Amino acid sequence: MNMLSLIVFLPLVVAAVVAAVPAIRPAAARWIWVIVSAVELILIGIVWAGYENPGPNRLAFDEQIPWIPGVNSSYHIGVDGLSLPLLAMTAVVFLAAAIYALTNSQRARAHSALFLFLEGVSLGVFISADLIVFFVFFDLSIVGMYFVIAGWGHGNAARSALRFFLYTFLGSLALLLGFIGLYVFSDPHTFDILELVAAAPLKGNPVAGGLVLAAIVVGLAVKTPTVPFHTWLPPAHTDAPATGSAVLAGVLLKMGTYGFVRIAMPILPDAWRSWAWVIIIVGIISVLYGAFVALAQTNLKRMIAYTSVNHMGYIVLALGAVGLVIDDSAQARSVAVTGAVVQMVSHGLITAALFLLAGVMQSRAGTYDMGSYGGLAAPAPRYAALFAIASFASLGLPGLSGFIAEFQIFAGSIAVAPITAIALLGILITAALFLRALQRVFTGPTHGHSTGFSDLNGRELWSIGPLLALSLLIGVVPQTFLYVIEPASAALVTLVGR
Amino acid sequence: MTGPQMALVAMVVLPAVVGAVLAMAPRANRSAASIALVTAGLSTILAVITALTRPAASYPFLAGADFALNVDALASLIAPMIAAVTFLVLVFAAGTIRESRSRFFGLMLIFSASALVTATAASLPALLFAWELMGATSYALIGFWWRDGDRVSAGLTAFITTRSADLGLYVAAGAALAGGVGMGLADLSSVATPWRHVIAAGILVAALGKAAQLPFSFWLSGAMKGPSPVSALLHSAAMVAMGGYLLLRIQPLLASTGWAGPVAAWVGVATAVLMGFVALGQRNFKQLLAASTVAQLGFVVLAAGVGAVSGGAAHLVAHASVKALLFLVAGAWLQALGTEELTNLRGAARRWRIVGVAATVGALALAGIAPLSLWATKDSVLTAALETSRLLYAAGLVAGAVSAAYAGKILWIMWSRGTHRHARDHGTGTVTGLEQAPLVVLALGAATLGALALPPLSSVLAAALGGGGVVSVVELAVSAGIAVVVVVLMVWLRAPHPRWALGWFGLEAAAHVVIVRPSLALARALAFFDDHVLDRSVTVLAGGVGRLARTAAWADNHGIDRGVSVIADRVGRLGQLARIPQTGAIHHYFLQTIAVLVAGAVIWSLSTMMG
Repeated sequence: MNMLSLIVFLPLVVAAVVAAVPAIRPAAARWIWVIVSAVELILIGIVWAGYENPGPNRLAFDEQIPWIPGVNSSYHIGVDGLSLPLLAMTAVVFLAAAIYALTNSQRARAHSALFLFLEGVSLGVFISADLIVFFVFFDLSIVGMYFVIAGWGHGNAARSALRFFLYTFLGSLALLLGFIGLYVFSDPHTFDILELVAAAPLKGNPVAGGLVLAAIVVGLAVKTPTVPFHTWLPPAHTDAPATGSAVLAGVLLKMGTYGFVRIAMPILPDAWRSWAWVIIIVGIISVLYGAFVALAQTNLKRMIAYTSVNHMGYIVLALGAVGLVIDDSAQARSVAVTGAVVQMVSHGLITAALFLLAGVMQSRAGTYDMGSYGGLAAPAPRYAALFAIASFASLGLPGLSGFIAEFQIFAGSIAVAPITAIALLGILITAALFLRALQRVFTGPTHGHSTGFSDLNGRELWSIGPLLALSLLIGVVPQTFLYVIEPASAALVTLVGR
Repeated sequence: MTGPQMALVAMVVLPAVVGAVLAMAPRANRSAASIALVTAGLSTILAVITALTRPAASYPFLAGADFALNVDALASLIAPMIAAVTFLVLVFAAGTIRESRSRFFGLMLIFSASALVTATAASLPALLFAWELMGATSYALIGFWWRDGDRVSAGLTAFITTRSADLGLYVAAGAALAGGVGMGLADLSSVATPWRHVIAAGILVAALGKAAQLPFSFWLSGAMKGPSPVSALLHSAAMVAMGGYLLLRIQPLLASTGWAGPVAAWVGVATAVLMGFVALGQRNFKQLLAASTVAQLGFVVLAAGVGAVSGGAAHLVAHASVKALLFLVAGAWLQALGTEELTNLRGAARRWRIVGVAATVGALALAGIAPLSLWATKDSVLTAALETSRLLYAAGLVAGAVSAAYAGKILWIMWSRGTHRHARDHGTGTVTGLEQAPLVVLALGAATLGALALPPLSSVLAAALGGGGVVSVVELAVSAGIAVVVVVLMVWLRAPHPRWALGWFGLEAAAHVVIVRPSLALARALAFFDDHVLDRSVTVLAGGVGRLARTAAWADNHGIDRGVSVIADRVGRLGQLARIPQTGAIHHYFLQTIAVLVAGAVIWSLSTMMG
């Protein structure tokens, strides 16, 4: 069996077993999730160690098994420099969530099974090399997350879960429409991503190309989410459990942005170039709008949710700039792609940490309202320190991964489209909003819910600490991981430019 | 890696790592000071070694942009200065900081490490990396006493203000990437236009923000809310100083654009004059020193603008010594007398003689009295300014006279006789040996570092750094004369307090009205729009789908279902009709058969007739 298949199906099989055997005790179920996630991380580590750059439009650890031969769809999987970092980040986020959930007492067996299922399908999205396989995993992740929010959320969980499901499911239908469009226009008809990339089926057909791209972009934009398709995100996060929010923001949002670099850009290079400015503008608006709306929030979780809109905006902006094919700018555009991929990983690590930290707040005091805390650094110094580091990471402070992402995104984008410098305001506003939040919650005299707030325990520390440590590692020695991404970025730039 | 390279890396990595560990280890409070002092001491020795050996080191960072450090002539002057002032300030802090010592010393070490990287950075990513880290640690240090909301707010203002200027460096990086010659600082002046102009503008804005030049000056006023050792380090040898330093470093780029040099020169000289008046108007010792720092940095910025790199660097180094000294004196008096208000500091110099003499040396140097340091360094800059423009030179002379005025004011207050009623209630009444020792060293520096701008050292420095390095004797005499006259007048006639300059020209209030409040209002408006328009319309749309579904359900029940019932009903009746002929009587069937046959024959014949 291919290593990647093992990585995807191990959690799925274990999930089925955990769900089917009622004799498994809650504690055992919780530890099974931790152990399987750790094994997943090791397996991905082995893949990373054995990874060699496969070259343009090829995948490493490639495996293809006929599946639905009638429509030329096969179980085709593999990794390259765009997907491998996301695969690793997914495993890390799930492991962190698993450790965090070790004291979860609500229906632990079902909880572990559901998250293992979600882990399997999430990893599946990032290794798919066939549109149907991609779509199946993509939709199953929505189903899994629906049950996480509805089953383990708080507040208005059922309503938020339904809204999340309907909105993102509708988005995925648009995506499916786009995929069918690609199938129809390809000759011979196929759903295989690599074949579609090689053929670039809608080249020289601007109308159909534009329509197919529109369907795919709308589908991915809902999942990413970009303005104006983001309104499902804040309620989903606010009412989701901490682990659910961490996975939703850390992993599920990346499926949208990953879809751009894996499907939309290389298969429809013509259309992408024609519509580059629209993408760039959507990116700039998402950056600024997300930042400003986040600045006005008083609920910590809603604030972090809106910063996700802002951070995803940087990615969209950079990917749009890649579509502006100007002579001699290939290196700059490649830097922008690398920045976008780093941002996907970086945002996954940092926002997962922030949401887990927010979960600590909910579990101690039952509210995310920042105004009802104050001087929290006195009773909970470790919590304050980790929160401060996560905030600075999120606002793009050098030394942490966010800077590596945003520096490259801006350097690359400004070099091809100077107007994108407007979006720099986003990093200023994010800085202001995080520092305001830190000030409101942690400094001043201790009052409100801060009194008697117990500091982070070992489990929480071991769940959140490593996420930030990885962010630090990427921030200080980025080449430990950029060397995987950079060739893939250059290849993508070539594909978009043809 | 060679030995000197290892020294360079260790000079930076040692304080960074030790600082990070200390900052995260709250239980190390007892040993924090000694660990930090050993680290800072080692870092100083390493800085001197690198200054002598001039190594360069780099490691791959981003595609096509290494993280490069290089100890060139300029860095070899500045890096030891940063390390040494850090060490001296930490000695002082060991005597005054009592709570959360590990956090304090840890953050100070991280800060000094980032300042050292800034000073030695040879590529834009390395520069921006250290530059912003310096800003973030300054935030944490200014808001060190986090239980006081106003101190944290001041840190926030400092970080956000300097970061808004830092955006210029991001733009510069994009322009450098577009320019295609790489991200090395030394190569930037060879980038083709228009990108070269963009790079120069971006770096200029970032440097002016960090150096607290107009219009960014206000953040430094709030930054005084940090502990005195923090002010002494941030506002003498690092942070603010790094703003001026960066402009000296990219002076060839500024000169190559044609406009950036004059802009820097005029902003510098305007800041020197106006902030000098602000300093004169202050009633609080640290606020006076803060405004004076901005004003003195104005001379460095002016130096970068007119190409007097060696003079500017000498001024930077001498000023670091003078200002670190005076901030530490302010800290010692604050500790002992419990006040920073100038009226309460009357006669402070008479009480502790070592502190008093050191403070006097510092104030006289600040006034530009010959032969102390700032006298010569400032004149070296002004000599170059005269070559560029008479107006610039005249403004520089005014700025020099104003600095003599506020320095005279300090002298008059600290030596005049006064009572210390305030002190008995609020201060400790003692100045420890740990606090006094660094003052002596810094006072020596404040007295002698002017040699850097005088022959024979000046020509050596000019040969290594660029810039004329000539100080005209006339200029030296004129400025020394002005300084003496102004100081004497100040002491004799009592210092004026220009009230209009007390509030730093309302710059912070203006920033609030023009930028902060509209931004917050916009944020609230957009949040309202998001909740009540965008989200609402999605909900309404989804509700519309629901209504559509209900309509369809109604139509299904009342339309289609009814239709089906009606049809079924009709079919049933048809069936009943069809049952009528089925009587079971054979003669009826016979008659029906005949009727059908007749009808069939009629239809057949009709159809044949009609063709």
